Amino acid sequence: MKYLDEFSDPRAARRLLAEIHAVTTRPWALMEVCGGQTHSIIRHGIDQLLPAGVEMIHGPGCPVCVTPLETIDRALAIAARPGVVFCSFGDMLRVPGSGQDLFSVKSAGGDVRVVYSPLDALRLARENPDREVVFFGIGFETTAPANAMAVHQAARLGVRNFSLLVSHVLVPPAMAAVMESVTCRVQAFLAAGHVCSVMGTSQYPPLAARYRVPVVVTGFEPLDILEGVRRAVVQLEAGRHEVENAYPRAVREEGNVPALEMLRDVFEVTDRTWRGIGVIPRSGWRLADRYREFDAEQRFDVAGIRTAESELCRSGEVLQGLIKPYECAAFGKECTPRSPLGATMVSSEGACAAYHAYRRLELADAK
Amino acid sequence: MGHGGGGAMSGELVEHLFLPAFGPAADAAELGDSAVLPVGGGTRLAFSTDSFVVKPMFFPGGSIGDLAVNGTVNDLAMSGAVPLFLSTAFILQEGTGLAELGRIAQAMGAAARNAGVRLVTGDTKVVDSAAGDGVYVNTSGIGVVPAGVDIHPRRARPGDAVLVSGDIGAHGVAVLSCREGLEFGTAVESDTAPLHGLVAAMTATGADLHVLRDPTRGGVAASLNEIARAAGVGVELVERLLPVPETVRDACSLLGLDPLQVANEGKLLVFVPAADCDRVLAAMRAHPLGRSSARIGTCVADHPGMVVARTALGGTRVVGLPIGEQLPRIC
Repeated sequence: MKYLDEFSDPRAARRLLAEIHAVTTRPWALMEVCGGQTHSIIRHGIDQLLPAGVEMIHGPGCPVCVTPLETIDRALAIAARPGVVFCSFGDMLRVPGSGQDLFSVKSAGGDVRVVYSPLDALRLARENPDREVVFFGIGFETTAPANAMAVHQAARLGVRNFSLLVSHVLVPPAMAAVMESVTCRVQAFLAAGHVCSVMGTSQYPPLAARYRVPVVVTGFEPLDILEGVRRAVVQLEAGRHEVENAYPRAVREEGNVPALEMLRDVFEVTDRTWRGIGVIPRSGWRLADRYREFDAEQRFDVAGIRTAESELCRSGEVLQGLIKPYECAAFGKECTPRSPLGATMVSSEGACAAYHAYRRLELADAK
Repeated sequence: MGHGGGGAMSGELVEHLFLPAFGPAADAAELGDSAVLPVGGGTRLAFSTDSFVVKPMFFPGGSIGDLAVNGTVNDLAMSGAVPLFLSTAFILQEGTGLAELGRIAQAMGAAARNAGVRLVTGDTKVVDSAAGDGVYVNTSGIGVVPAGVDIHPRRARPGDAVLVSGDIGAHGVAVLSCREGLEFGTAVESDTAPLHGLVAAMTATGADLHVLRDPTRGGVAASLNEIARAAGVGVELVERLLPVPETVRDACSLLGLDPLQVANEGKLLVFVPAADCDRVLAAMRAHPLGRSSARIGTCVADHPGMVVARTALGGTRVVGLPIGEQLPRIC
């Protein structure tokens, strides 16, 4: 795929950086919404190369990080039950619940499996009619259509031993919540390209107008990020606040229409708790009533679980862009990827994980 | 599972559990791929053991049988030894098909002939069908270290050139590509191969090879971190010099993996004094298993114990040890 290489070309990157330096006359604070963008920025050292006043604030767009503790604990309780095959994407396995993680449930004999698609979980259910197969349906608008498809298929095929533990969250309400915060410093957004490839761009003009904030739909390769930054800074310098699509190879205004139809069929919008942030109104999806029999929470009656978040962990402030990961006293000490206190340290898209993986040297030098 | 992944957790298990328990009975000074043992008369034997539990057992470009032979041959070769004899031990799950086992044995025989080693002793055990998962193979090997050869992770020195013998990441991606649920049909094949011939060509240049390592589980990242810690040095990689095939890069991009942390089975890393770099590189490129060898970085006195990469855009990042098993990301 030479295609991807084109979006990492160092010469083109240098040109874009020169343009950003040329147009920047004052400090600006930009939030990249998606954790994948955060990792790309830190991994490639993009933030080191921007003008000194242009700050990248890391946003709440890591689906693993914002999955509420209650839901993780429910997952752990379901996965530990005999007769259950608990299926999840790999990066949920190390996320700490109140006391343990899915790896420890697996070590203790739970049948926890890493799958690469919810449809694999559905296949497992059909192959094991005497077991209850549960899929951990987390993620933003990006992963939701495939999860919706799995439930839709299960209903169509009459698969009764399959269920979904749903914790889907929606990005635009979280962006609004960031702007509503009294401590908000964000002046422009790099919107999450993958989310927009499903949902389109129509949700963003009202947000840009209401908060007078530029929104640039941005991809994940280094040049995508730099182009997003360039367009955001150009708008800020000109006093504009518009929605621009800087990821046209993946994003259309109307989004992915069949995926949207599937989502509307299977899910309905609900209030949702974000780990470390709290409840954001109308920021999540749950199964629509006609699919409620596929809801693992109801099937396994795990609603009354008591949770206990680490008192040291400040991942909520990291997720809202209020502090950088290394400003947390536990960073790299009590909290490491090997023994994380919060999901931001363990998720492959978590901001704390990015700084711990790629920036330890710089942080050590600064001390 | 993470304790067997070849990353930080594997190292912790050895350091905090096995070595304290073994006490003075263990010769723990040498935590390289093989132990080098003086046996009198100036002769030094290299001795190594490895167990293979790969799933699936057959994958593009090889099988658990090739790996079991080449893996131990390579562990011996990384101390500069000429591999001579191998043992083979099988743990079989009850119900394992004889045809499947036959294919594995055939592959082992062919790999041993290709490597010029003899399979001289072995063992077979069968475990209950609930206690095993297919076929597990252990191989141990003995080789002779030629006079004058002294290769060990502790010998890495600031100023050394860091070279790799070819494209990285192929084996890990080949195995992943046929795992249940993935099957993304890549053309990538495992690079499994015996490396002692390549090592012999390198030592024949007369260069003072300081360190050799085959970056298997945990990939180039884990091997370089282990060397940096063993020698108390830093390593600086130049990301644009890393030979990563497009197919590997794309598969890693899809799954959220770092090619530097993906397993190889037929590649080696070498630390040589900068003055010897060109002739070692020329000898490597002249060998069939080292045609696309490249210098990828330098050993430095800064940041001891850490590996740092200069990114293509001009930034820097730390290249860490993988913790345990690499996990595919959600989106």
